[in-house]
Amino acid sequence: MAFFVIPAFALVGIFVVYPVARTVVLSFLDSDGKFVGLQNYIKVLSSREIVNLEGLSRGFPLGALVHNLLWIAIHLPLTLALGLVLAVLLRNVRGGAVIKSIIFLGMVMPMIVGGVMINFMFDRNLGIFNAFMEIFAIPARSWTAYPDTALLALIFGSVWLWVGFSTVLYSAGLETIPKDLYEAAQLDGASALKIFTKITIPMLRPITIVVVTMTLLWELKVFDIVYVATMGGPGGASNVLALQMYLYAFRALDFNRSAVVAVLLTMSTLLVSLPLLRTLRDDQS
Amino acid sequence: MKPKAMLVSLLGWLVALVWILPFMGVFMTAIRPLDELLNGWWNFQTFRPTISNFSGAWNHPTAALSRGMLNSLIVAVPATLLPLFVATMAGYGLSRYKFRLRTPLLALVIIALALPQQTIAVPIFQMMNVLNLVDTYLGLIIVHTAWGIPWIAFFMRNFFTTIPKAMEEAASIDGASDITIFFKVVLPLAMPAIGSAFALQFTWVWSDFFLALILIYSPDKLLATQRIPLMRGVYHVDWGLLSSAAILVMAVPIVVYLILQRYYIRGMVGWSLK
Repeated sequence: MAFFVIPAFALVGIFVVYPVARTVVLSFLDSDGKFVGLQNYIKVLSSREIVNLEGLSRGFPLGALVHNLLWIAIHLPLTLALGLVLAVLLRNVRGGAVIKSIIFLGMVMPMIVGGVMINFMFDRNLGIFNAFMEIFAIPARSWTAYPDTALLALIFGSVWLWVGFSTVLYSAGLETIPKDLYEAAQLDGASALKIFTKITIPMLRPITIVVVTMTLLWELKVFDIVYVATMGGPGGASNVLALQMYLYAFRALDFNRSAVVAVLLTMSTLLVSLPLLRTLRDDQS
Repeated sequence: MKPKAMLVSLLGWLVALVWILPFMGVFMTAIRPLDELLNGWWNFQTFRPTISNFSGAWNHPTAALSRGMLNSLIVAVPATLLPLFVATMAGYGLSRYKFRLRTPLLALVIIALALPQQTIAVPIFQMMNVLNLVDTYLGLIIVHTAWGIPWIAFFMRNFFTTIPKAMEEAASIDGASDITIFFKVVLPLAMPAIGSAFALQFTWVWSDFFLALILIYSPDKLLATQRIPLMRGVYHVDWGLLSSAAILVMAVPIVVYLILQRYYIRGMVGWSLK
């Protein structure tokens, strides 16, 4: 037994668990290594980079933490709904598998390329988005370059990247629903809408838990596309927590404040994964 | 076909078109000279395709992708095979043996899945500094290995719990040791799952940006993903060059996906459906 398990957990212990613990410790120290309690947390949470309440009346930036929350508020419902609708829709489309593969391409490319693609879509001269906006007589501009639209452009662009995930998972989930359930409902004269809300959605619950968890994790961890597309700018208008952590640590060389952001981020991701941990516990019993 | 079915099909293909438009745009921008793009890449009054953007990105003076793609390959191959091997053993151990630490270890695996890379960044940098492994591929490969183990172990453990133990028991009665059984009986059976894990881990390591960003900084050692941000100027974006670079860098994971599509999707879905 030990032969199988020890190498893996030794590596994880040294290069994952220890660094995490060290980050937690760093978040309570000052730059001289002295224990300062929650001071770093207070400093970070009251800084404008993280939460900027003035932004509520003045517009972006609203602070990295608020930006992440906004990302969740827009991206999560959109990807869930689109994924579910597409999964149901494409089941009855000739070549549905090909369409799914096309939509899934966004998931396969490196996110650093994904960020470039978002820049491209919203570019002033080459962006297809402006070509559409022309129909509504909205003047062309590079949407990722302006404070009032940079974050929203990134969020909607990331919907384009991520919908493949929810579509593919929901498609696989639909396959697991027994056909006779539908047949029985049809015999009883249930409407298509009723079948969808009373059979499809409840039966997809386990998949929904996974899709929601994974999507939330991705929204909290988002880094690459912001780094390459806007670098959090202009003026912090599209900054996110993961990027702010990097800026604190490797630009400002403030390892303690960066540790605070990392710990806050980790606490959110752990909170979000609790439902998955629960399914594990049910497995064990 | 009934009108309703046709409408649904039309809608489906319309969605596909919207999704593929940015790819077509990037492709057209990459293969067409700058002056043709001024009226939009969708404008085909003249069409003189060229590969000069591709060769420009491939031989870029400060961020050549030829070197970057080679570097990425040098990192991605060991950083895929190593964790695959170690974590497959761990997944097997977690599925077949009952021991006191099993549940805590499984919980650790799931917790590790949720962690953002930012949480290990600073300590990892400091450790690698002490070990003299900053700006080396060995350091990066080690971190990728440790980072990949939890999810592969969890994935393989889920796979092993679904396959019957009968063959292993038969081999054990014949007097084979646990280690022999693992290599001779279990590994061959596990190949489909290993294929899934391979496809995913390889694309993730290839696509990684953050770990490389904090550990690798010598210009000639930069990986492919690190060269993309360097390709775009600060004030003026050379879209032809950047598009070609984007295509080259995403081509590798996309080819892996197309070849191993079955395994890839199964890997993605394997998380949720047991």
